Amino acid sequence: MSRNPRQRELITLAVVAAALAALPLFVKDVYLQNVLILTLMYAALSQSWNILGGYCGQISLGHALYFGIGAYVSTILFTKFGIVPWFGMVVSGGLAALMALILGYPCFRLRGHYFTIATIVIAETAYLLFLNWDWVGAALGIQITMRGDNWLNFQFARNKLPYFYFVLVFACVTWLVTWIIEGSKWGYWWRAIKDNPEAAESLGVDVFNSKMAAAAVSAFFTAVGGSFYAQFVSYIDPESVMSFQFSLLMALPAVLGGIGTLWGPALGAAILIPLTEFTRSYFGGSGKGTDLIIYGVLIMIIALARPEGLVSLFSRRASKQAAP
Amino acid sequence: MTTEIIIQSLVSGLLTGLIYALIAVGLSLIFGLMDVVNFAHGEFLMIAMYATFGLALGVALDPILSAPLVAALLFSFGALVYVGIVRYAMRAKANLGMVQIFATFGLAIVMRGLAQLFFTPDYRSISNTWTGGKTLELGGIFLPMPQLVGAMISIFAFVALFFLIKRTDFGKALEATREDAGAVALVGINKNHMFTLGWGLGASLVGLAGAVMATFFYIYPDVGASFALISYVTVALGGFGSVFGALVAGIIVGLIEAITAMLVPPALKSVGIYALYLGVVFLRPRGLFGSL
Amino acid sequence: MSQKVMLEAQHVSRRFAGVLANDDVSIRVERGEIVGLIGPNGAGKSTLFNLIAGALPLSSGTIMFDGEDVTSLPATKRCARGIARTFQVVRSFESMSVLDNVVVGALVRTTSTRDAHRKAREILEFAGLEHRVDAQASSLTPSEKRRLEVARALATDPKLLLLDEVMTGLTPTEAQKGVALVRKIRETGITIIMVEHVMEVVMPLVDRAIVLNLGRVLFEGKPADAVRDSNVIGAYLGERHRAPSS
Repeated sequence: MSRNPRQRELITLAVVAAALAALPLFVKDVYLQNVLILTLMYAALSQSWNILGGYCGQISLGHALYFGIGAYVSTILFTKFGIVPWFGMVVSGGLAALMALILGYPCFRLRGHYFTIATIVIAETAYLLFLNWDWVGAALGIQITMRGDNWLNFQFARNKLPYFYFVLVFACVTWLVTWIIEGSKWGYWWRAIKDNPEAAESLGVDVFNSKMAAAAVSAFFTAVGGSFYAQFVSYIDPESVMSFQFSLLMALPAVLGGIGTLWGPALGAAILIPLTEFTRSYFGGSGKGTDLIIYGVLIMIIALARPEGLVSLFSRRASKQAAP
Repeated sequence: MTTEIIIQSLVSGLLTGLIYALIAVGLSLIFGLMDVVNFAHGEFLMIAMYATFGLALGVALDPILSAPLVAALLFSFGALVYVGIVRYAMRAKANLGMVQIFATFGLAIVMRGLAQLFFTPDYRSISNTWTGGKTLELGGIFLPMPQLVGAMISIFAFVALFFLIKRTDFGKALEATREDAGAVALVGINKNHMFTLGWGLGASLVGLAGAVMATFFYIYPDVGASFALISYVTVALGGFGSVFGALVAGIIVGLIEAITAMLVPPALKSVGIYALYLGVVFLRPRGLFGSL
Repeated sequence: MSQKVMLEAQHVSRRFAGVLANDDVSIRVERGEIVGLIGPNGAGKSTLFNLIAGALPLSSGTIMFDGEDVTSLPATKRCARGIARTFQVVRSFESMSVLDNVVVGALVRTTSTRDAHRKAREILEFAGLEHRVDAQASSLTPSEKRRLEVARALATDPKLLLLDEVMTGLTPTEAQKGVALVRKIRETGITIIMVEHVMEVVMPLVDRAIVLNLGRVLFEGKPADAVRDSNVIGAYLGERHRAPSS
């Protein structure tokens, strides 16, 4: 009994990934390809956020900090020191994880809203600092000069497919990490902490170190996403990679899809991101705010009608935040 | 940097701080009552400012005069938000914390969208107000009238609030619901009525603040966002649920902001507040006066 | 290294903002005993429980567990040493299944989730909840949740089990089943301390009764003697609590 549901989940991933991998054969429109890439990116980012927020229950609304670190560190290494983004990705991931641990030390003593507000405030501080720091370009940010299409530099001027495949793999990796965690000791500990930290302690769970581990893993992958994004858009500035809006956008797919579930973030991203992009394209241009209204209403409806997330519509098993 | 400039800054900061306190106290009240953080709080401020603007434009009512009206308007709005939205959010069996965050956050976005739709993104301001543009000179210190009057209104509101909570039956019922919402039915208090009134009261306070702000701040759809974070930080600093904490924290935040502005480039003035918040909660994880 | 004395609290005190919730409390519990910790409301029973479990730090005194001084150990480490507890207000992991709740407890002793699952099933069967294994914890009845709390604590392989008012609010039939479970637990060699209000249930069950009042130990001895002791009766007078003469 214990193996099958878990194996089924893996098979589902394989099928979905294969289907997605074949998509570029049918989807040639650049705009749509763009939307796909963004959707996958947010799925991965939200999955990373979910590790700390959904599984461990520590709601961070300051994850833009790690995304920004990812974007800036790899970009600076690339533009100022000529270090390839692949290496930059790993470095920024490590740095972000380290940052998460350092910040976690004081922050995890905070509970609930105090913790969330601390995350917002820390990210805002970083945002303001970067906005005024000339070495990183301040408000103007950094432009990554195109040196020609090339996997080593992970740059492609017109062809979106390499980015697509990278982000597809990235999303699968974050999914797998979540899947592994779900079945491991950490997964149980984190969920126990989320539901009732005192009871978890009485059962021998090291709450503090568990939170730290969740934070580090979450931060690492979020930063990698940031590095990817920098290479994808070739231009970064504090507004686009470190703002509060971004932090929210990382959490939202998980909340809508199903917080603390395996497929929630992906499902949420699959619905939210295309919707955001399309409403912005068709309605946002007018400056009338219609896109915001639609967006906001959608969030409210899902939050109120389906707090467990959209995942719960698919199967009662999938919505149970449990394992085998 | 002369002493005069420093004192001037601090006094300014104090006045601003009192107004921050007024903005924040409604949020703290609602949280203390039912454990819900209203993520649309900034937008409540925004529509209060627009309402004030509308009244000034439509019936030539000075903001100071329309303040009670705006407060009453926001009272109904707050009550409506509870009855129409928050009540449902609180029924969630799972992830209660997330549900209310995102339900109110969704509301915030919708409100901003609607404001953009109906009022356009243009910046507005009210001209020809009683206090607008005037300053009071006191011993070499120049006190801008709008902020000064605003601070006085804030103090008045706090005093009234203290009286309301400590001396009236309603206030006692509110306290009782705060302590144990589940049990108050036993003493004849309708929990839902209390929550509705609580939201109304909290919203009316931010309504007052909006009317005050409209006398010296630009009015535009996203204005709430700028003050929202300061409100949350103020409330958290003072301790969620503590009215007195909101007052003290508001003043502190105003002062710190003024001090920081003297030391660093203006764009970074909020950093001082953020650092203060972090410093305080690391030492007192429940804020200065929080008990929850 | 089998000690006869499982737990020894020596001159334990706990102060809360001026109030002395536990005042110079010294108790001793021997291996394999079932000890009842009783007393009127506000006597300091829950405080003492929390002190033993490590959920609260002591203001003064020491706590010796199985020959080791655990006074400065936090709750997580005490659990690893063998002290498990339930909570007065049930604290189940609502979003997790019954099985997973118990698995969390089992993971103290093993890193393999597979072994933890197996152990959890055994414990659930022992506790009589095997029919609810896959149910979500939030859907259990109150008495089932109590049982789950106990099962979860048992999964940590404790030497000492602290039961906080597990019998309160149960119907007579449920209480009887509860008593049977407690006896079954003792038979496996676990020492038990129970805080209780429901006298009729507790008195026949425990080997020894320790009565607390106003933070101090009022009486220690056989349950039958406890109910006859004039000090104890006096402490309870306001509640008119009478245990059946046994």
